[in-house]
Parts: sequence; structure tokens; C-alpha cells
Amino acid sequence: MNSAVMASTSTPFINNRKLLSSSSSAASLSGFLPDSIHVNKKEYRPSIRAVMAPPQPQRPPSTTGLVKQAMTMTEKILARASERSNLDTGENVWVNVDILMTHDVCGPGTIGIFKREFGENAKVWDREKIVIIPDHYIFTNDELANRNVDILRDFSVEQNIKYFYDINDRSNFRANPDYKGVCHIALAQEGHCRPGEVLLGTDSHTCNAGAFGQFATGIGNTDAGFVMGTGKVLLKVPPTLRFVMDGEMPDYLLAKDLILQIIGEITVAGATYKSMEFTGSTVESLSMEERMTLCNMVIEAGGKNGVVPADQTTFNYLEGKTSAKFEPVYSDEKAKFLHEYKFDTSKLEPVVAKPHSPDNRALARECKDVKIDRVYIGSCTGGKTEDFLAAAKIFLASGKKVKVPTFLVPATQKVWMDLYGLPVPGSGGKTCSQIFEEAGCDTPASPNCGACLGGPRDTYARMNEAKVCVSTTNRNFPGRMGNKEAQIYLASPFTAAASALTGYVTDPREFLR
Amino acid sequence: MASKALQPPPCAFSFSFAPTHRLAPPSARLPLLRYSWPSSSLSRRCNHSPTLTLHATSSSSSSTLEGGEAVEKVFHGECFVLDDNIDTDQIIPAEYLTLVPSNPEEYAKLGSLALVGLPSRYPSFVAPGQPLSRYAIIIAGANFGCGSSREHAPVALGASGVKAVVAESYARIFFRNSVATGEIYPLESAEGRLCKECRTGDLVTVEMEKERGRLTNHTTGKEHKLKPIGDAGPVIEAGGIFAYARKTGMIVAATM
Repeated sequence: MNSAVMASTSTPFINNRKLLSSSSSAASLSGFLPDSIHVNKKEYRPSIRAVMAPPQPQRPPSTTGLVKQAMTMTEKILARASERSNLDTGENVWVNVDILMTHDVCGPGTIGIFKREFGENAKVWDREKIVIIPDHYIFTNDELANRNVDILRDFSVEQNIKYFYDINDRSNFRANPDYKGVCHIALAQEGHCRPGEVLLGTDSHTCNAGAFGQFATGIGNTDAGFVMGTGKVLLKVPPTLRFVMDGEMPDYLLAKDLILQIIGEITVAGATYKSMEFTGSTVESLSMEERMTLCNMVIEAGGKNGVVPADQTTFNYLEGKTSAKFEPVYSDEKAKFLHEYKFDTSKLEPVVAKPHSPDNRALARECKDVKIDRVYIGSCTGGKTEDFLAAAKIFLASGKKVKVPTFLVPATQKVWMDLYGLPVPGSGGKTCSQIFEEAGCDTPASPNCGACLGGPRDTYARMNEAKVCVSTTNRNFPGRMGNKEAQIYLASPFTAAASALTGYVTDPREFLR
Repeated sequence: MASKALQPPPCAFSFSFAPTHRLAPPSARLPLLRYSWPSSSLSRRCNHSPTLTLHATSSSSSSTLEGGEAVEKVFHGECFVLDDNIDTDQIIPAEYLTLVPSNPEEYAKLGSLALVGLPSRYPSFVAPGQPLSRYAIIIAGANFGCGSSREHAPVALGASGVKAVVAESYARIFFRNSVATGEIYPLESAEGRLCKECRTGDLVTVEMEKERGRLTNHTTGKEHKLKPIGDAGPVIEAGGIFAYARKTGMIVAATM
């Protein structure tokens, strides 16, 4: 009955009475349990005056193989991956890795360490479990950046890496059928994210894959070099913070609002070393792309990983994407959570993170006087098909033109094709690209990480001057998108599009009502 | 552990260097001797062969050695003071991530760019045109190294000549990368806000013993307790996880 005990303190939380009732469904089942009086002590205390639980012999768990320890999802995934029947928070365990992902920024260094430590002629532990995705600095004339993609290609050929999403012709990304774009979205779209598995990547936003109910986290080059050679990694089992989001999602909110709300609540260090589990009726109603947005930004709260329990939405998304067998796991009813936060989603409002920290939360409407110079829609967390559909919905509803330059960078080639092929609901068959053109946005750029992290000086839409940008990306620390004095307001695609239309930070409800 | 898979190859090349006394003993006056290092010391971590064992004397001038094992480490020099939530983009901006840390020349270049992403209210960490910083110790607030997982961040600090960071707390990946690479000692203050107690340029000494640590600020005359580094200490001293694993026999070292 953890949930009843661990009420949190902040404004949008459901009150305690509701909290108690939410846990009673579990209590109703407990009549089957021999120690039901114990279980129900809290709920029924007023009517029971003098009942003593029957004495129970102490039986250590080791006396039977049937005794199971209640575990969280993350603990279960790590237990299975470390070939243990159970494990405790804080234990250090050697974990078998299912997928290791690397890209053009950290791949060459990882390969360098792999070769230095295992030898020039060493072979990777499994050529089918290493996924190499050039995506950061692709459409640039920076010679080192271009060289780094060459290093990935040479290594992939040498090692016969099965999943290398190459690009040779930088002048026209469409001439490269293998090229995908932003690694975290490509991993999902290509079927590399699967419930119950362990996925590591040399990128902090690898936690994105937790949306599939798997353990996914970012690691450095040295750890990745080790994994490349052995397929194993030493991990400390994190405690879990559980975020229960209930209630119907208002039509002006997106998952970005939810995660910015949470980060604002717990700060940029609030989940350091911890796992963040997202549950509740709101989360269940979210699409896979929206779940990715939630999990993508757990690192912005310092989180080690984020997880959403796999369900029919997950299985539907995976259909046709992978033939690998996977086995989802779920947190036990009695699993121990370090803390539980409850949100009533229906009471939330669109939010932004003001400069220069992702936890610098404010309501979008509170920032209506902030004049902006540009809008950026892109990245792993804000450049998916549904992110662009959301922006298009706002442009369509307003019928007006943007007042500031609006840059669009689809995450992957698939997203780019969706912008040109998928009809926007309620538009009479128009595509996103048509709506964006009518609204006066820049033409959607070649898919890659783009200006989310600044990048080389010639990166499209990079903030080379100290301007103000509303961006659907995930970080706004000083200099993140280029110029150190530039100001970045992190926001949902709804809020970003609304802001583009007014030239000020704008609550999307102005256009949705 | 798959020790078989970890078996290193026959050593292709050998590499050695004399112990470089990077930091003057606590009694000496600054400025230190850093700019006169042999250039080979710059690449000490990106170029060592699998069989090279790094001893305490090669990375710290004034270790007290007892039976060959360092029981105490001392770092001395000027400190550079930072606020809370310094993310890895400020430590090494993304535009320089084209540099590959395992390449010796690019490793040195990363050092010259350390902390170049800081807002303009901070002084330069590495003087323009110099390969190394004059500051041996960084003192920071909470959540140091948050953000991107780039290993370039602890590498850039180590390559710039930083020996230790003393912060209130660390972001997880940065801490792990610091230990895994052995580039810097990520130490934690045990009390107070050192980033408010110290000022950039203060002369400080960091002493680490097995069970405790201490930072002495010679400029203010104050002493501050540090948390012990624990089992991460020997890993960093060895030069990272691979070097430590070989040194301790966790993975088999090649014979010369």
C-alpha cells in the first residue's frame, strides 16, 4: 500500500482521500490472502477493534523456490539480465546487454577504446546487437565531423555490423535509403526497442527507449568500449520513483507538458541515480511517440532510466517492426518505490522551461510578454511525426502566418516522409508540409539532430547569435543551441507553434478554442 | 565475467614515460611548472598500451607511498570555482565533439577547450593559446556534469591538467565517466557550500586518505571536510577501469 503512504505535496496532486480510494482496488483482492487483516489494517482500522493476526512461523525466502520478492519493473529487467531470481536496490550487478547503440559523436571514441583495449584485430561481442547510427553532425562541411562518419563506416564494414544506417550522399539524404536520422527515434522505428530488454547507448537520451518498458540508459565511451567487447556492463540497481498520472489529457496538453511539469517539480537533480516509472490512466492513453517524449527527458531530472509498462499500444507499435521474441515485465503490486507522485492531468496547464535550466518551469501564459526571435521544432524529443502533426493542428486552427522564422527538423527520414505524405486530420487532406508552407515556416530540413545541441557552426538553424528561441528540444543550459547568451524556452509543439504565430511565448489555448 | 573475451592482444607497442611532477609540493609557491611538461604526458591516458601500469607517482607528485601502495593523495594548486548545475555542454560545447578523445592530438585539443562553454561571467579557465589550465582543482556546486553523456567532458578536464573536482554532488553519467576514464577525481564535499566558501584563484590543497578527505584553503585559512572517494579511488589511480582491471588481475594482462 505504498501509494497511500507516499502522497506528495505539490499543487496539481490529487488529495489524500482520492489516493486512498485508488489503492482500494488492490485491497479488495486481499480477501484471498491469509494475512488479509494485516494488508487491510489501514483501510478498516475504525471497524476492527481487537483482532490479532494468527502467528506465522518465520520462514526465510531461501527455504522455498516459490517465494518471490516484490520488485519494480526496472529491478525485474535487471534481475533477468543478470541471471538472478531477485535483487535489491543498490546492488551492483553484471548485466547482459541486448543492444548497444552508438553514433557519430561518441562512436569513434568508443571504437578507439575498443581497439586500444581489445586489440586492433578484436571482434565485437555480437555484430547483430550493435546498432550504429550516424545522426549528429551529418549535413555539415566540418571535416572532422565527416571523418567521424567515415570511421563508423570503416568499422561497420570491418566488423560486418548488421545495423549500420549509413549516409554517403550528404547533398541529398533521400539518395541514402539506409540513412535514418536521430538515433533514439530510429531505434524505435527500426524495431530495436523491445519490452523487458536492456539497451545502452553512448547518448544521454538513450533513456527514450524506456517508453517500450525496457531498461535503457546512456553510458560513456569507455563503458561502451567495454560493452562492445564483452556484451556486459556493471550496473547499480536504481531505486524507483513512481509517477502516477491519472485523468483525461486536455486537448491542449502534450507529453512534453507532463515531463516539464515533473522536472519542474523534482528539479534537474531530483531523480539522480534513480529510475522513473510512469503509470496511470493518462500514461496508458498516450501513444508510443508521446511515451517516448516522457522517457526521453528523465535524464533532464538526472534519472538513470525511465519506464512505461508495455501494453497493447506497445505491442501494436512493434507489430511488423521486429520478429525478436520479447517478454515484458511489470512492477509487482507490493514493489517498493522510493517515492510516489500523483498528478491529476486534467488540472495541468501548458508549461515551458525558461532559460537556462529544464527545471525552470513556468506556465506558458505567464510568459506571454516574452518576445521571441525564432521557433525550432525538431530533435529526438520534439521532432517526431506526432510533434509535427500537433504543430500543424495549431497552424491550421489559426489560418495565419508565423511572425518569426520557424525551423522544422524532422527526426528521421520516416518522419520527413510523413510530413509530405500523411494527411493532417481535419484539414481536408492537406499534409503537414503544405500547412507549414502556407503558414510561412521554413521548408522541413534534412533529418538529423540539427541545432538541438548547436553542433558545427554551419549547422542548419544553429543559434549563432544571442537570440530568443522557443524550442521543442530537451535542454536549455547556456550555449546548448550555440550562442552562450541565447535564451531557449523549452515547450511542447503546440506551444511552439502558437508562439511562432504571435512572436511571443504563447499558450496554445489561444488557438485551440 | 567473460574473461576470455577480455583477453588483451599481444602488445603491439610499448610506451613509457618518466614520472612527471605535475604539481609542486604544498610548500612550493605558485606558479607551478605545468607549462614545461614533456608533451608525451599530454597523451598519457589515450596512448598507453594494455600492459602499462600507471603508478601513483605518475599522476600525483606528493603521494605518500607505503609498500608501493599509495595511502594518501595530495593535490595542490589554484582552484576554479563554479556554481550549481554545470552541464557538460558548458564543460565542452557540442561543436567540439568532432574531436575524438582516444586520438592523442585531439585529446590535447579537448584540454585546451575545457570549460570554454561557461557564461561570460566566469574568467577563462584555460588562457588563450595555452594547452593547459593554471587551475588544478575545480570547486563546484550541486549536480556537476549534468546533461549530455559525452565522455569528452571529464576527458577535457583531465587533459587540461585538472586533478580533482570537488563538488556538492554529481550527475550520474559524469561521475561514472570520470572513474571509468581515470581522468579526474570526482570528490564530494562533506559539509557546507564550498563554492561559496572559496574563490577562483584561492590556493588549495586536497588531501585524500582512505577513510577521509580534506580540502585546505590556504588563502582563507579554512579547512573543509570531504567525503571519502571509496573504491573508486584505486580505479582512478590506476588510470581507469581497463587499467585497474588488468592491474588487479580481473582481466589478464599481456606479458611483454
